[in-house]
Amino acid sequence: MKRAFEFLIERAIFLSGIASIIFVVLIFFFLLKEGLALFQTESLTGFLFGKNWYPISDPPRFGILPLFLGSLLVTLGAIVIAVPLGLASAIYVAEVAPPKLRDILKSGIELLAAFPSIVLGFIGIVTLAPFLKSVFHLSSGLTALAGSIMLAFMAMPTIVSIIEDAIVSVPKNYREGSLALGATHWQTIYRVVLPAASSGILAAVMLGIGRVIGETMAVLMITGNAAVLPTSILQPVRTLTATIAAEMGEAVSGSEHYYALFAIGIVLFIISFVINLLADLFLHRKAAR
Amino acid sequence: MIIKTNKLNLWYGAFQALIDVDLAIERNRITALIGPSGCGKSTLLRVFNRMNDLIEGVRMSGSVNFEGKEILDHEIDLITLRKRIGMVFQRPNPFPLSVFENVVYGLRVHGEKNKQVLAEAAEKSLSAVLLFDELKDKLSMNALGLSLEQQQRLCIARLLSVTPEVLLMDEPCSALDPFATMKIEELMIELKKQYTIVIVTHNMQQAARISDDCGYLLLGELVEFADTKKIFTTPADKRTEDYITGRFG
Repeated sequence: MKRAFEFLIERAIFLSGIASIIFVVLIFFFLLKEGLALFQTESLTGFLFGKNWYPISDPPRFGILPLFLGSLLVTLGAIVIAVPLGLASAIYVAEVAPPKLRDILKSGIELLAAFPSIVLGFIGIVTLAPFLKSVFHLSSGLTALAGSIMLAFMAMPTIVSIIEDAIVSVPKNYREGSLALGATHWQTIYRVVLPAASSGILAAVMLGIGRVIGETMAVLMITGNAAVLPTSILQPVRTLTATIAAEMGEAVSGSEHYYALFAIGIVLFIISFVINLLADLFLHRKAAR
Repeated sequence: MIIKTNKLNLWYGAFQALIDVDLAIERNRITALIGPSGCGKSTLLRVFNRMNDLIEGVRMSGSVNFEGKEILDHEIDLITLRKRIGMVFQRPNPFPLSVFENVVYGLRVHGEKNKQVLAEAAEKSLSAVLLFDELKDKLSMNALGLSLEQQQRLCIARLLSVTPEVLLMDEPCSALDPFATMKIEELMIELKKQYTIVIVTHNMQQAARISDDCGYLLLGELVEFADTKKIFTTPADKRTEDYITGRFG
């Protein structure tokens, strides 16, 4: 009796343990099956490098280049904003802020991560977009830049907390060695502490990119949703994720359009996978040292 | 005499770590500070370059005179002080940079940009610690890839490049094997021709081998300070005798 009970418990735990792997594999195959179906009618190069995304015209065109460049532009913009700001913020929290302020700042940064992205998107629409519109004299403030700024806010908590961890874990004796040579606190930070924390900083940037590229709701709301080849950051764009979110409801199941949206999913999956892999490599390199 | 302390007291919060320490360190000699763990010998060493400032809640009273300057003075320029009084740590702590960047680190932070000057200083400092021939073709390798003994030599070279007057050494051989220890000791004896060395060690034989003057600390008090020979042959204080004969500690 007891034996059987032990057996059942062990099996149950085992099943829960491998469930996540099973689900990942199932999702992956489902994604592949639905996405690859597109290429029965559409060529791979036409899909990846086609300049027009007209899914409901006749004949339909499924070129994701404008969407891909839209994602790239918004992501790059967000990283350009979030990384310097996040790095500076992490340095302040880890090295400069007095202990009490440090605790307050850290919880503040974590709270920023707790905002649902749709709330940030909504705030962006009513405050940031009109602001950008009047500053740059645009016809609409819903642009790639607006998306970049909102996404930078969303990536900041990840970037700051990982860089802060990396800085705090730099051995104390590096700092002592530097200060004992007569270096100032700032010289010690940028000549010794930051190089020593560099792999953690790179990992933070990678994970920040991962966070940004997968974000959907806020970019859907705030980037203007125009699937055209972007020429400027002050222009409306549409990202890969926003396209799926916006069109999934109207795509007929089993249609070419439906398969194309899944194919976009595969592209996103590959991008996220590569980014996470790189981040992992950087973090691992740090652990190995 | 290059450093002289007078009624030096130091507290970590409520705990008094140094009690009325009077000590005079002579130029171009090796002064050893010995005593059991927690006796305050490292604390005393870290007073001389004000490294204790990094610890919160440290208070000091009395005076520490370094060539006419008061080290405990709040207004003192710590950058200049630490340039003149350098420190070698217990665990070799080369920065995770190249060998070359480690050696010239001090010069760089003090504003030296001339490549020629940096290269010459690197060669001179590495030669002084007998590392130049070993490493002259490996100057761009990461310093963390060196052996522990080489790392410790590199840390000493890193100090020498900023031309200090006093070298503080906080148990510089405790992470090294006996052979490497012997080599570092030979180096210290060579270095004292040009520099004044203060070494903290828990290894009494080491103090006896290399030091000229020796101070014994116990529970924050400098029990005895004298010529090394005298300390190890005819100590004046019973407590010193107990320690050096191994009856205590």
